[in-house]
Amino acid sequence: MGSILEINGPLVRLQLPSVVLGEQVSVGAMGLVGEVIARNGDTALAQLYEDSTGLAPGEAAVGLGHPLSVELGPGLLGGIFDGVQRPLEAVRLATGDRIARGVQIPALARDRRWSFSPAPDRLAEMVLNGGDVLGSVQETASIAHRILVPPDVSGELLELAPAGDYDIDATIARIRMRDGSIRKLSLSHRWPVRQPRPFRRRDHAVQPLITGQRILDTFYPLLKGGKAAIPGPFGAGKTMLQHQIARWCNAEIVIYVGCGERGNELTDILESLPKLTDPRTGRPLMERTLLIANTSNMPVVAREASVYVGITIAEYFRDQGYDVVMVADSTSRWAEALREVAGRLGQMPVEEGYPAYLGSRLAAFYERAGRVEALSGEHGSVTLIGAVSPPGGDFSEPVTSHTKEIIQTFWALSKELADARHYPAIDWLESFSGYVGQAAQWWAANVDPGWAGARARALELLSESEELRRIVNLVGVDALSSGQRWSLEAAELIKEALLQQSATDEVDSYASPEKQYRLLAGLLEIHRQGIKLVDLGVPARRLLELPVMYEARRWKTRYGDDNLAALRERIAGLAQDFMKLEAEYAPTLATGEPAQGGAS
Amino acid sequence: MKNLEFRTAASARGGMVVMAGVPGVAAGTRVSLIDHAGRRRNGLVIRTSDAAVMVEVFEGTDGLDLERTWVRFLDEPYSLPVSRDLLGRVFNGVGQPRDGRPPIVSGQRRDINGAALNPTARAYPREFIQTGLSALDGMNSLTRGQKLPIFSGGGLPHNRVAAQIVRQARLLGEAASEFVVVFAAFGVSSQDARFFQDSFEESGALERLVMFLNLADEPVIERLLTPRAALTAAEYLAFELDYHVLVVMTDMTAYAEALREVAVLRGDVPARKGYPGYLYSDLAEIYERAGRIRDRRGSITLIPVLSMPSDDITHPIPDLTGYITEGQIVLSRELHAQGIYPPVAVLPSLSRLMKDGIGGDFTREDHPHVASQLFASYAKALEVRGLAAIIGAEDLGEGDRRYLEFAEAFERRFVGQGEDEERDVYASLDLAWELLSMLPVETLTRLGEEELAKYHRLKQP
Ligand SMILES: Nc1ncnc2c1ncn2[C@@H]1O[C@H](COP(=O)(O)OP(=O)(O)O)[C@@H](O)[C@H]1O
Ligand SMILES: [Mg+2]
Repeated sequence: MGSILEINGPLVRLQLPSVVLGEQVSVGAMGLVGEVIARNGDTALAQLYEDSTGLAPGEAAVGLGHPLSVELGPGLLGGIFDGVQRPLEAVRLATGDRIARGVQIPALARDRRWSFSPAPDRLAEMVLNGGDVLGSVQETASIAHRILVPPDVSGELLELAPAGDYDIDATIARIRMRDGSIRKLSLSHRWPVRQPRPFRRRDHAVQPLITGQRILDTFYPLLKGGKAAIPGPFGAGKTMLQHQIARWCNAEIVIYVGCGERGNELTDILESLPKLTDPRTGRPLMERTLLIANTSNMPVVAREASVYVGITIAEYFRDQGYDVVMVADSTSRWAEALREVAGRLGQMPVEEGYPAYLGSRLAAFYERAGRVEALSGEHGSVTLIGAVSPPGGDFSEPVTSHTKEIIQTFWALSKELADARHYPAIDWLESFSGYVGQAAQWWAANVDPGWAGARARALELLSESEELRRIVNLVGVDALSSGQRWSLEAAELIKEALLQQSATDEVDSYASPEKQYRLLAGLLEIHRQGIKLVDLGVPARRLLELPVMYEARRWKTRYGDDNLAALRERIAGLAQDFMKLEAEYAPTLATGEPAQGGAS
Repeated sequence: MKNLEFRTAASARGGMVVMAGVPGVAAGTRVSLIDHAGRRRNGLVIRTSDAAVMVEVFEGTDGLDLERTWVRFLDEPYSLPVSRDLLGRVFNGVGQPRDGRPPIVSGQRRDINGAALNPTARAYPREFIQTGLSALDGMNSLTRGQKLPIFSGGGLPHNRVAAQIVRQARLLGEAASEFVVVFAAFGVSSQDARFFQDSFEESGALERLVMFLNLADEPVIERLLTPRAALTAAEYLAFELDYHVLVVMTDMTAYAEALREVAVLRGDVPARKGYPGYLYSDLAEIYERAGRIRDRRGSITLIPVLSMPSDDITHPIPDLTGYITEGQIVLSRELHAQGIYPPVAVLPSLSRLMKDGIGGDFTREDHPHVASQLFASYAKALEVRGLAAIIGAEDLGEGDRRYLEFAEAFERRFVGQGEDEERDVYASLDLAWELLSMLPVETLTRLGEEELAKYHRLKQP
């Protein structure tokens, strides 16, 4: 038992001899919780997860004997937790609309019983190791929650509970540890958040994460187990994109960390996801989702913890053999929280106030993504997608530039595009993906062998058009040849008919890989048909007047995923659209001359 | 401790007084100092140990004679007495009457810092508020419970725009006066404050108005409390008395500058342009108090006004604000110079909640697409205008010339309107169709085919 010596904002200096670095402490009559961030002889410095107003020197302080850790077990899915995993729904029922301080409610409900089925091949006297599966609980209709031996436990199984209903604290197994001690295991266990959960080995990521967003899947793909960043100024669409991913991606579990952002954005998810069904399971999307919320008006210290709470839960489901996606909105707020802590500790700032270890912390965090062979032998993955909020939209600032070095897929949002309401406002020139090769194999095997070529062709048109646009802006469109003019228009067509995809459009909010590819192929076919005519001497102006140029812009909303046969048919008939013009200009068989003077 | 006075101030510097020999003082305790002249100053305990208590003095420490300064620790936080009688009153920046009338008598006081709303307690804002301004209603619409700032600059008519919104705001089908207004001004001139007062008076709204004024020549540090006091009043009116509260706050730049001043005194590590790293969280504590709560009738809709230093939207104050608020209305010096009022630059403006508050259930079924088409067509028109500036309008093709005319008409007729002109959203949408009909129908690909058939005026002008 110790006492408070000094209070300075969220920092408290404690007379508390026996604590270790990282240990949780509880201070004052309110029982505010924090963690030890420095030690000096008998005194410890702790930062509190809650506002310290009202706390006085001399009040009691105790070490809790464990680092910040999360409770892992059935009952996580569909829930919303704060930055230190307090269940916000239960907190609201206990203390009302506003978050009261000093509330201690365990993350997992104590009064709920779960139907546990022991794994059939687990017999007494068997030696079990950390990560082995003891049995499972059908947590939702589509997710079997595997009950794992905690990673730090191994030994001889003495007893495994029979099938039946158990609460989260009931003993379901007893294990004799190597040192002879007996460990009782329940449906849940705790794991410290700053320590990555162990696994057997890393696997190669191979499967693309399909999000249904064309500019992501078709142009800058991400793999299950990969790491991606979404940098962009305010209003460019980071949150919408992450919401879209949380809704539509083909992961089995989605963890959404609202880190220092708006309360209403979490409300939006809480209100909308239960009403949307997962096309793959037919179940409400909320059932596969878990939210961590430390909104911008909640205490900053817990903000720093929130991303670790999220990633640890993600690893836990990965260890059960699931593909997990974690989106963090925004990692910049986490970095800023880190900066505040560093500032209070008097650590030397290096760039824009950030401590020197910003880059290594970011790298260590993203390193927790990956596809692995878990201790149980199951294969699972954690895909990590972090939004970055650069001050003033300047990508050269420390958080963006460090993150860019670490991730493989970079979805750069642009203010110019967002201002013109080109959504998603992803800059096709500045974005990149290091996973195109692997993704290409999947697309070739599952959608169409032409994918890689078509993708490259479209990107080529887009970058070429950038060059042409520069010329036009200098000297006007007349300086372009018909062919160039046509390429420019084809690029415009790709931007509008393919890259633009409104999250709010009922039909086009999600596009299946098949639809993505068909649209891409169709638009390239329009370009190809046009080139043929340009070569015949048709002026680009005439091509632009073709009705198909406008009609194609409506394909994405006209042909839903349930109507792709019609889209294929439409594309197969494209030659027709150009026939009349072709006839007009085609050399007649008799003379080899154009049928008409193709004056431009 | 409340009734004890101490004369143990050991040092005073840069707005901070350090007290010795007062053990057990709690963090965040309110402090009252009586200086040698008998004048009262206010402070807050920002750091405390048994040996030393550091007090931040809002009125500053200039001229303090420590030997003759009496310090009293008050056992409650900064709080505002609340009651229905707040309506119709004018207070200073910390909630004391400045209208010559007696203080609010009430058994209820509320901590002005508020407490964070549990995200599960929020209700998502969806109800469309008609402001009568086409640039807002048509393309950047406001919803009940939203926080939507006006980004402006010196000399631009942000006050007039804000006042017009306050005068005209209404839910469809409701009378304009459903709202009560909480107005907080900090660091503004008495002339600006007067302007608002008059404008509210004109609309007969004084008895539905609460004002908090900290003028440019009044204590800077009080500015840190003013928005909090105002929002405390708003929360009481909205969530305990069921009012729909429209909060207008001006000028957030003055607030942020005050915060910087204090941060420098405290020696906090600066992040950008001298502003402390916690400016973001501090602003969020203010802005996030807007919103709606499940199962409560009232709401807080927040319109902060801020002037962008050097018209720079990337300056930390607008930048961090934009990262927190649900969009922004950006005023343009260029449009203002052309005599267009309200000079709303629609492209950099944004209402993030618009998508959930318009359409068949709220305004009209074509609204989302019309807005999207206006954005697309105007963006394209500006591109053409840029091109015309280089190669000359004569050299533009026929199609491009139509875009130039569209841009002109859009700015003059759609964005521009009278200061007393209240257009309902249907009038704004009809006007939009009229303007869009200037463009070739095939280019309007953001509009549905049925909508085109229904609303497009196929006869080209
Ligand atoms: N994919 C999209 N489809 C439609 N609208 C979008 C899309 N992305 C962004 N928006 C619009 O832009 C606004 C801002 O997006 P948001 O994701 O909140 O930006 P950020 O998180 O980068 O500040 C949204 O409210 C929405 O109106
Ligand atoms: Mg966002």
